[in-house]
Amino acid sequence: MFVVVFLVIFIGYPVAFSLAGVALIFSAIGVFFGYFDFVLLTAFPERVFGVMSNQILLAVPFFIFMGTMLERSKLAEDLLRTIGLLFGPLRGGLALAVVFVGTLLAAATGVVGASVVAMGMISLPVMMRYGYSKELSSGVICASGTLGQIVPPSVVLVVLADQLQVSVGDLFVGSLLPGLMLAGLYALYVIAIAFFKPGAAPAMPKEERDAASGQLAGQVVRALLPPLLLILIVLGSIFLGIATPTEAGALGAVGAMVLAKVNGRLSRKALQGTMRETTKLTSMVVFLLIGSTLFSLVFRGLNGDIWIEDLLTGLPGGRIGLLVTCNAAVFLLGFFIDFFEIAFIILPLIVPAARALGIEGDEMVWFGVMLGMNLQTSFLTPPFGFSLFYLRGVAPKEIPTSAIYRGVLPFIGIQLVGLAVIVFFPEIVTGML
Amino acid sequence: MLPLLRLTLFIDRLNRAVYRGVCWLSLAMVLIGAFNALARYGDKYLPVRLSSNGWIELQWYFFSLVFLLAAPFAVRLDSHVRVDVLYGRLGTRGKAWIDLIGTLVFLLPFCVFGVWYALPSALSSLDIREVSPDPGGLTRWPIKLVVPVAFVLLTLQGFAEVTRRGLFLSRKITATQAGLENRESGETS
Repeated sequence: MFVVVFLVIFIGYPVAFSLAGVALIFSAIGVFFGYFDFVLLTAFPERVFGVMSNQILLAVPFFIFMGTMLERSKLAEDLLRTIGLLFGPLRGGLALAVVFVGTLLAAATGVVGASVVAMGMISLPVMMRYGYSKELSSGVICASGTLGQIVPPSVVLVVLADQLQVSVGDLFVGSLLPGLMLAGLYALYVIAIAFFKPGAAPAMPKEERDAASGQLAGQVVRALLPPLLLILIVLGSIFLGIATPTEAGALGAVGAMVLAKVNGRLSRKALQGTMRETTKLTSMVVFLLIGSTLFSLVFRGLNGDIWIEDLLTGLPGGRIGLLVTCNAAVFLLGFFIDFFEIAFIILPLIVPAARALGIEGDEMVWFGVMLGMNLQTSFLTPPFGFSLFYLRGVAPKEIPTSAIYRGVLPFIGIQLVGLAVIVFFPEIVTGML
Repeated sequence: MLPLLRLTLFIDRLNRAVYRGVCWLSLAMVLIGAFNALARYGDKYLPVRLSSNGWIELQWYFFSLVFLLAAPFAVRLDSHVRVDVLYGRLGTRGKAWIDLIGTLVFLLPFCVFGVWYALPSALSSLDIREVSPDPGGLTRWPIKLVVPVAFVLLTLQGFAEVTRRGLFLSRKITATQAGLENRESGETS
């Protein structure tokens, strides 16, 4: 059933419906051979209703709305330009600015596509003009844009929390340090490049700096502080337990609209674009969840879950075996499929096995952050990383696809280092809880 | 114009109208969500009680309406995520074949199943005039009825997509007529 579903997904029909369709075909075959009872499927409406009234999933459209609003009102773009000017005079400064903005945008939007596209369109041409190497520029943009999923608050973490049945707040808290650590490692790498290979990451020419420095302070106050404050308020209220992630998301979305309004950017076009994007993305994500719900319903009906659980708990080495297998499987799948597919298809199978091996509570949060970090690489791994596609879509023709592929390799390496740190030092996650 | 094609365009218009409607609900949902968050705090300090289960339920009612009713037109706009490792390399005809077969084998059976299983549960909810178990909650049956309605609309859209691809593959209409080019732009036309 798994093999079939993966084959079908590869052909390219929308994943949500492929999952549901394959599930129905297998249930029909199961009924025919007497292994399955259609009565089991009567649980389906109840499951759909559970998704509808799920308070956690409600946070998904809110965070999408907030991020898209910041992007469509061009506030995200202003942020990037300002920080570019701020860091520009340093060697490697622009690349550092990208890492910094990537982290902020990541926190603000949590939508990977949006941040990669925004940074690709705004900073890639600038970096090219100042003579940055193609590899470094495209690598740093892809990698920083992808931070969106591990740096809280993010849609990805909300979904992950729902699947692992841990609190979203805990997962946000747990992923904060690892997310920042990853951003820090990127920055270190950029600094190292600027130090050892100055040609790859030169400073901004002096004339340009002088021209811009006059208005810089004003720009920082106008473009940088408000979004930063918004993010801090949203995150802070979740971390301090003042608001649930759903409430904070709704307030953040309204806050983004207020910021756009204050800057005179709340145009009809921006608002309409945001509403449509939110509606489409929400529908896409939730239908993926519904499709996978049906899939796992049938999979359980056919006792596939017991088989997988036996397989995973019976691995040599117990927990270590499970960790190694899960990480290897997720990493390999990441080459071909995207985060949401992995979260909805693979996680429901891994979680019971993890429970059976005694991974509970705080450890489950750690497990989630670890998987999140691992999944992050799925966006970057050639040939099918989504960030690479997004960047390819907006990058100028002078940048060959091979340069993008070569550019992300060091960052994939950095991510694996980050993953190793989480695996060997769980305190980085659990210490904050 | 072929009558069948005209029918599919009518389905497009219907689902587009529904989609545009629920787009506004996404904004309403954000506003209600923010109101609920503030109201929960307001209750502590104000003499009047602002928050209620009704508003909290309205929030997820809108959420449900948004994702359920936008799904059909999202098919038209091609915004349901797919793995385009192979698909992205194919030409228009190859893509049309995959979508034709996929819709027939996966989407339409799923829709029929959805209507078949969701309708009885929605009707029984209607029979007993189900309301929320929480005080001040909303009437429950209308939102349950939306599930089969969404699946019916999805079936219609699936039918429209299959018909257009069939007509295109049998060379009765062009790719443009079948709406296979620039699918994102279907939003504005």
